[in-house]
Formats: sequence, C-alpha cells, structure tokens
Amino acid sequence: MSRARADEEEYWHSSKFRAFTFDDEDDELSQLKESKRAVNSLRDIVDDDDDDDLERVSWSGEPVGSISWSIKETASSSTSSLEGRDSGLQKGSSSYAAFPKQVSSYSLSSLFKGRNKLPSFQSLSDALSDTGVKNYAPELRRPKAEYKDYSSDWSPKDTVRRMQRGKVCSLERFRSLQDKLVLLDEAVAGHDGNVITAVLIFLKRTLRREILFRELEVRQVALCHLIHFLKEAGEQKLLLDLLRFLDRTEEVALSQYREHLNIQDVEKRREFLKGCIGLPFSAEDTSHIQDHYTLLERQIIIEANDRHLETAGQSEIFRKYPRKASILNMPLVTTLFYSCFYHYTEAEGTFSSPTNLKKTFKIPDKQYVLTALAARAKLRAWDDVDALFTTKNWLGYTKKKAPIGFHRVVEILQRNNAPVQVLEEYVRLVEDVETRLNLATKYKCHDVVIETYKDLKDRIQLTAYKCKVERGSAEEEKINSILNNMQIRWKN
Amino acid sequence: MSPLDRIANVSILKQHEVDKLYKVDSRPALSTSDQFCFLVRPRIKTMRYIADIVNADKMSGRSRKYKIIFSPQKFYACEMVLEEEGVFGDVTCDEWSFYLLPLDEDIISMELPEFFRDYFLEGDHRWINSVARALQLLNSLYGPFGKAYGIGRCAKMSYELWRDLEEESESDGQGRKPEIGNIFLMDRDMDYVTALCSQVVYEGLVDDTFRIKCGSVDFGPDVTSSDKSIKVLLNAQDKVFSQIRNEHFSSVFGFLSQKSRNLQAQYDRRRGMDIKQMKNFVSQELKGLKQEHRLLSLHIGACESIMKKKTKQDFQEMIKAEHSLLEGVDVRESTSFIEEHIDRQVSPIESLRLMCLLSITENGLIPKDYRSLKTQYLQSYGPEHLLTFHNLKRVGLLTEQAAGETLTAVESKVSKLVTDRAAGKITDAFNSLARKSNFRAISKKLGLIPRVDGEYDLKMPRDMAYVFSGAYIPLSCKIIEQVLERRGWLGLEEVVRLLNGNEFSVSDSTVEDNPTWESQRVILAVFLGGCTFSEIAALRFLGKERGCKFIFLTTAITNSARMMESMIEAKA
Repeated sequence: MSRARADEEEYWHSSKFRAFTFDDEDDELSQLKESKRAVNSLRDIVDDDDDDDLERVSWSGEPVGSISWSIKETASSSTSSLEGRDSGLQKGSSSYAAFPKQVSSYSLSSLFKGRNKLPSFQSLSDALSDTGVKNYAPELRRPKAEYKDYSSDWSPKDTVRRMQRGKVCSLERFRSLQDKLVLLDEAVAGHDGNVITAVLIFLKRTLRREILFRELEVRQVALCHLIHFLKEAGEQKLLLDLLRFLDRTEEVALSQYREHLNIQDVEKRREFLKGCIGLPFSAEDTSHIQDHYTLLERQIIIEANDRHLETAGQSEIFRKYPRKASILNMPLVTTLFYSCFYHYTEAEGTFSSPTNLKKTFKIPDKQYVLTALAARAKLRAWDDVDALFTTKNWLGYTKKKAPIGFHRVVEILQRNNAPVQVLEEYVRLVEDVETRLNLATKYKCHDVVIETYKDLKDRIQLTAYKCKVERGSAEEEKINSILNNMQIRWKN
Repeated sequence: MSPLDRIANVSILKQHEVDKLYKVDSRPALSTSDQFCFLVRPRIKTMRYIADIVNADKMSGRSRKYKIIFSPQKFYACEMVLEEEGVFGDVTCDEWSFYLLPLDEDIISMELPEFFRDYFLEGDHRWINSVARALQLLNSLYGPFGKAYGIGRCAKMSYELWRDLEEESESDGQGRKPEIGNIFLMDRDMDYVTALCSQVVYEGLVDDTFRIKCGSVDFGPDVTSSDKSIKVLLNAQDKVFSQIRNEHFSSVFGFLSQKSRNLQAQYDRRRGMDIKQMKNFVSQELKGLKQEHRLLSLHIGACESIMKKKTKQDFQEMIKAEHSLLEGVDVRESTSFIEEHIDRQVSPIESLRLMCLLSITENGLIPKDYRSLKTQYLQSYGPEHLLTFHNLKRVGLLTEQAAGETLTAVESKVSKLVTDRAAGKITDAFNSLARKSNFRAISKKLGLIPRVDGEYDLKMPRDMAYVFSGAYIPLSCKIIEQVLERRGWLGLEEVVRLLNGNEFSVSDSTVEDNPTWESQRVILAVFLGGCTFSEIAALRFLGKERGCKFIFLTTAITNSARMMESMIEAKA
C-alpha cells in the first residue's frame, strides 16, 4: 500500500468533511483533489530531507524513535522476544523484509541488517530492508533509489553498464523490438554473462518465443546464455522448443535422454528409455540408446531371478559368494562379468547367460575374453580359463590363442593368485622374449626362465639364475644339466 | 578444505554466534535457530533449495530471518528465482565480493572450478565480470601493470571489461608505484594438452593422487600409517614440502632419504651432551626437529602410497603411451593401449583423459576409431556417458576428424543469413566449436618435444620439459616464455594463427615512462579455466632461470581428472 493512498484514506475517514461519493461533482472536491495532487508531487522534494512532521509509528503503536520503542528493539535482538512482533509483521505484509536492528557489530545479527557498505550494490531487496529505521512504519514507501531508476532514461549502454555494477534497473522501458535488441547487443558487447542473462529473461517474458528465437539465431553468444539458463532453471519444454526451432535435432534428443538420470524407479526408467529410442539421434547413437534400453530390461529380469535364487538359498554359487550389490543400472561389461561369475554355464537361450549377452550386444571377442577371464580367475576355475584360450584346428590339434596379449592374461591370472603351474603355461605363450623373461622372473616361473635362456644360448644369464632357485631343487638340477650339455653352442 | 575454512574456521564462526553449520545441497537444515544465513555461490539450484526451506517454514507458521550472502556476486537470475518461488522479500541479500584467495606465497585462486564448464562448454560469460574485478582489486593493491599480454577470447573480454571498470572508477591504483610489471592472460583452451598429461612433479602427483583442496590435502591411513587421516596444509611454510614440491618425482626419494639422514644426525648430536647442552637442545631445537620429523614421515608415507597406486595402474606403460602421443609416434599402439584400458574398466576418468589426449594430439580421432572407442567406453562405463561424449565434442576435447568439414558447411549456410558484423560473431562461435587443435604443428613450431641425446637429467633440468620427464615442454608455459622474451607477439604469427588468434599486447603508457626494474621482473600469469601444478612448477623454474618471479592467478587449480569430471552430466 502506498503511503499516499494511506494518507488519503486517513484523511477522508477522519475528516469533518462529508464523505466522498462518486457522483459528487462538487467543485470543492475537484479543487481539493487538485491541490492534493500538487502537494503530492511536492512530496518527493519535501520528503528528501526526511524531516516529516508526521510521527511514524511502528507496529506496536509506539512512535518510532521513542525510548520505549528502542528498548523493545534492543531487547528483541535477544531472540526469544521476537515471536510476537514478527507474527504481527507477517499479518501486515508477508513480503516485508527483515528488520534492521541495532546490535553489537560483533554479532552475526549485524549481517541481517542488510546494510551494504557499497551503495552502488544496492539492489531491490536491499533497498526494501535498508531504508533505515524511520521507514518501517506500515506505509511502506518506495525507496528513493528506485524513483530515480524508474524516472531516468538510461540509454541501453548505460543501462547495461549500471547492471554490470549491480544496480537495479528497470527494463520495462525497452518496449519496441528494436530497443530490446539494441539492449541485448549492448549486453553482449559488455561481456558480462549475468547481464546478458538478465536481459534475456526480460526478453523471454516480453517477446513471443518465435520472435525471440529468430533473433537469437543470429546472436550466438546470447543464444548460448539462454540455452544455459533454460538448462539450469529446468525449463525443459522451452529449451526443447528452442532447439527444435534451431534444427538442432541431436541436441533435442540428447536433452530428452538426459532426463532419465533423474528417474530413480527402474521400471519407470525402462519405460522412459523405451520412449527415447525413437528420438532423432544419429544412427550410431540410436543403437546405443537401444542397447541401453535392452540392457536395463535384461537387468531387471536377471535381478528378479537372482534375488529369488539368493533368498531361496538353493543355489551354491549364491551361498558361497553372496552378491554385494544389485546389477541394476550397471554398465554392460559389469553385467557381463556378473553373468560370467554367476551364470557361466547357462545355455545361450537364457537372458542371463554370457553368450546371450555377447550376442545381443555384439560384444567384441577381446572384451568378452578379458571379462570372462577375470570372472573365472576370480573363482579360480582354471579349467574354464584353459578352455577360454584353447582352439582346435580342423586336424584336431589344439592350440592356445588369445585376442589379447598373453602378458595381459598372465597379469590378470596373477592378480587372482593363480598357482605357478597355471601361470607358467601362459607366461610361456608370451611372444616377446624380453617381456616373457621379465614376467617369468617376476612371478618365479623358473622353468620358463631356464628354457628361455637356453633358447637364447645365454650361458652367463643362466648361470647367474642358479642363485635364484633353491639349492638342491629340481630347477637347479635342470640348470646344471643344461650347462653341462656339450651340444649347445653358447653365444657367450 | 573449503575456501571458507581458510578464512573463517568453525571456531571463529562460533565466536560470532553461529549456532550450527550446514552444507547447502544436502538435506534440509533442521534447526531451531531464528536466523538462517546462507553463504552461497550464485546458483539457481541453490536458490530453489533456500526457497524450499523458507516456504516450508511459512507453511508451518515458523518465522525466521533469512539472509543470503552471494559470493562473489549476486546474479539477476538468482533473484528471479527467489521472486518466482515467492520468497523475494522474505530473504535479504548481500554480496561478499570475495575474489582472491591466496593459496600460497605465489598462488592466488578465485576458487571458481565451475568457470571451466560454464565458459568453455556452455559459452556463458557470467564469470568474466568476476575476473575483471579480481584484476581491478590486484591493480588497486599493487599498482598498474606496465604491460599486458594475452591470448584467447575470454582473456580478451576479461581484459576489456577490466579496462572498462578501471577507467570508470579512476581507482587509487593509478599513481601508485607499480609492483607487478607484466600480466599475461591465457584461456585454458589454448592448451588442453598440458592439462591432460599425467603429472610427475611432486605437487602435481600429490594433487592427482590425493586431490589438494584449497591448498590442503587429506592424507589417509595408508599415508599416515595409523588409523587416522591427517589434514595437511601444503605451502611454502612446510619446510620439507617447499623443497620437493617442484621436483620430478624420481628426485624426491633421494632428497627425502638424505633429509632423514641429516635429521638422524641432528638427533644423534644429543649423545655426549652435558646437562646444560641437553637443556638447550630440548628447549630450542627439539621442537623444530620433531616438526620436521613429522613432516618427513608424512611425505615419505605419501611417496610410498603414490608408488603403490601407480605400480598397480601400469603407470610406466601409461606414461609411455602418453609420451608417444605427444611425440606423434606409434599412434596405433597407443590407441590399442587406450582400448585395453577401457575394456579392463581401469578407470572411467583416466580412460576419458587418454582418449582426449589422443584426439587433441591427432587433431581428432579417425571416425572408425572414434566409433569403436566410444562404443567400448559406453559398454565398459555405462551408456549414459553418451552425454559425456557429446559434451567433450562440444568443447573440442574429443572430436571426430570428419566433423570439421560438416561444420564448415553449416557455418557458411548460417553466415549467408546474417549481416557482416553478426557473421563475424557467428564464425567465431563456430570456430571455437570446430577448432582444430593443430597441436602437432604448434609443437613443431615451438619445439615442444626436446631432442635429447642420451639421458635427460631430471635432477638438473635444463628446460621446462622436466615437469614431464623431459618429454614435453608445456605449451602454455612456452607461449608465456616466448612472448615475454620478445616483449610481444612479433615473430609468433604462425603460432597465433594455429591457436586461432585473439592475442593482444598492450602497454600502459603511464607506466612505461619510468619502468622500475624490480617490477619488470614480476609477472602475473592469469589462467582462465584453471591451471595445473605442473604449469606452476614449470614457470617457477623459468622464473629462476631468467631471474624473474611469476605470480599465479587462476580461476581454480585444475588437473585432468577435474576437467574430465566437469564434463560428466549428473542428475539434477
């Protein structure tokens, strides 16, 4: 309620004049009105020195500035007595800002005074709460600073400049499209993203979206700001409209897909992903989205089954190795590991079998072998590991083959504490001699070391290795017999 | 440690009647207090959080006072949200113009890690004003900068906005004796390569391994060899750390063991002391020795823990792959190394980092590799990373080689639609999108890969390449070195072109008249989008070599992991 209105009412109700009626065309009244207008227009000037004759009254009815008032005010800084007055305050005006108070400068409460050291940073909210003690009489009057802003005609450049300095500026003045765009361009030229966004918020409110979009299409910097703002503010619908308008179909799709991150419930998430498949992704990404959906669908089935198996306690593997976490929302490779761990021997027909996963998601051999190896090695199922690398040719000979380097195989086996016999077999298959020697030495695969040195005809190294093996062991004997073998032509 | 801890810790806040501290973003604060004070960054999400609290209080008829203190400044969008949520007026707002946090004697951080994503990914200019104000503040404290250099769009805009502020304010800085002679502003996207490399100087390694937050690190039980974690401030005050922070990791062990021997010797001196000497020893030296002892054992523990972690991760092999990428040799081998890294699910962040390094050094991945690595990545680490790939493509960290051509087509199509002036802007915007890194050509031009005969002596480094084991001179630092040497961009035209321009070099005429030698030797290096400890070490080294001193102003300390993480989409 503006102060002028309040005065008016008070004036009329308490006056000895007869009450006002709408059809009253009294000359006296219009005269009065006129003089009132004149007085009111003077008020701005008169009020400036804050020397009003009228006594301002606080909520409790005491004149502001009176002793009793200030005592109350001081007392209320000890928090408990706040209740009564504050609730009264709320009745009056819910948007009323916090009371400034006199308190020791050490107290945190001083922060709540809302007084800003730099007047240039004065903002609307500050202005409301910061007009000083005298001003919180019920007749809340517009802060003076605001009058200035509304009345002066800042050029677009000055407006931007003032906003950059954190001052409140009304943008309502910029009504023609031309003006709005000049303002926007000035904001962009000012390099301050905060101001650019502020102008955009104003434009968004005052322009039809097609027109705004059209103008932004040729203003990339401003466009980035609007997109970022819409993302942050969660105005998804408008964002999608904008992206569609710009023909950025891929971003439309991604932006919609992104929402699945906020869906907790797996069933709902699955449904949502299903809807994503039709979005305008690139062909490549469409298949990724399809896979995402299929994966979650599988996981839901597997999870339900396995939870049942686990609680029933019938299955040995689940008893021996209870699951640490649910498989829902895990990556494909993790799912594959899981299925190699718990469902390795299942027929291809079941959803949880590794071969089924491999086929459905076209998992490359390399990836499959690495994962299966890690899972089976973890269970110390060395026969499975062996089978993983054994191939038969058409003559029936078996041969060890791996789509990954055997040094990797060795490393994974070693990490899972494979026995030396198992390790040895794979170390032997490492092609690069130097790597083979390194690994064999590191993991104490003596036989491999000895044989490699023999192949290299390196007597010195072989002799030196003798001290690494145990005295009187089979290995030492082996070294000795090789060293004594006259047939070998040592290179040193 | 948070920036607030560095300024006002809990006990100081308690002295000032703060009843309890809550973290914004977690659960609603349950408090019986009558006053809430929110000290926040200006974020829309945070405004909603606050509005929820205020509205919940209103519903339950509770009356409190609310104060929001925005740091470093308030954004209009935040006020708009408060208004929309119907709490405008219920809360009062203030600004805490907190721009500079001195992390150390020569490092000032703005502690704005979000700068990187906001500017380079979203193209939002919201922090440029903060950078300009930080410069204004420094200017008022240390007098005018004699010479200003810079490269990058953001550098240029920040500089312009700062000059604007300066002219208007007629600050007291003018007429002051200049203490900082040179300032160099650089955008992070001028050099992603350096930020993507594994760090091997001690401070960088500690940051990569344990994460230094606000100049402090939490050493866990594996370092302290007890069951407690210890918070340690890492700066020049730490006598042990200050001597090893800039060293290559391989030299650190030797130093630490030498140091422990010295310490032992000093302890040993107490044998054969008479009672008076002993009294002196205990009262004067023992405390210092104990302190040193404590620090030594901490850093030795940290080294051990780093070693353990790195051997587990095939660090040697990874460094080898990185060096090959930097040098541009054995690219196929490195590609398969990365592929295997992904397949084995070693680490989602590291895998991303390696892919980005491959992309930047090779001017984008060939489409076949891009598809296959992307597919494998999604399979290993989760399909939602589709969004991460999109982001990385937009900032130009991970691109497909053909992408350049298609964008040029769009670009020309759009350009036709608009007037000349605007077209310039558009081309710029598209350029930043499609920008090729040109790393190989730049590297050749600036000689970033040192030709080494024999072993590079890491203990006695001869150039800045030591921060990457002698394999690569950080591009960002090399540019700074060259420009300072030439006192401008003259002769670097080709490099500037490859970096996509936006360079500048301005002398302040008022200062140039009487250059004081002392100030001439001080350079403020400003990194927009973050700088790494490796870069800091390299420039400290350069400063020592050239007899000058670098001071660092960065929007935040960064490293490869932070950069990658900032590209990942999180749920709202």
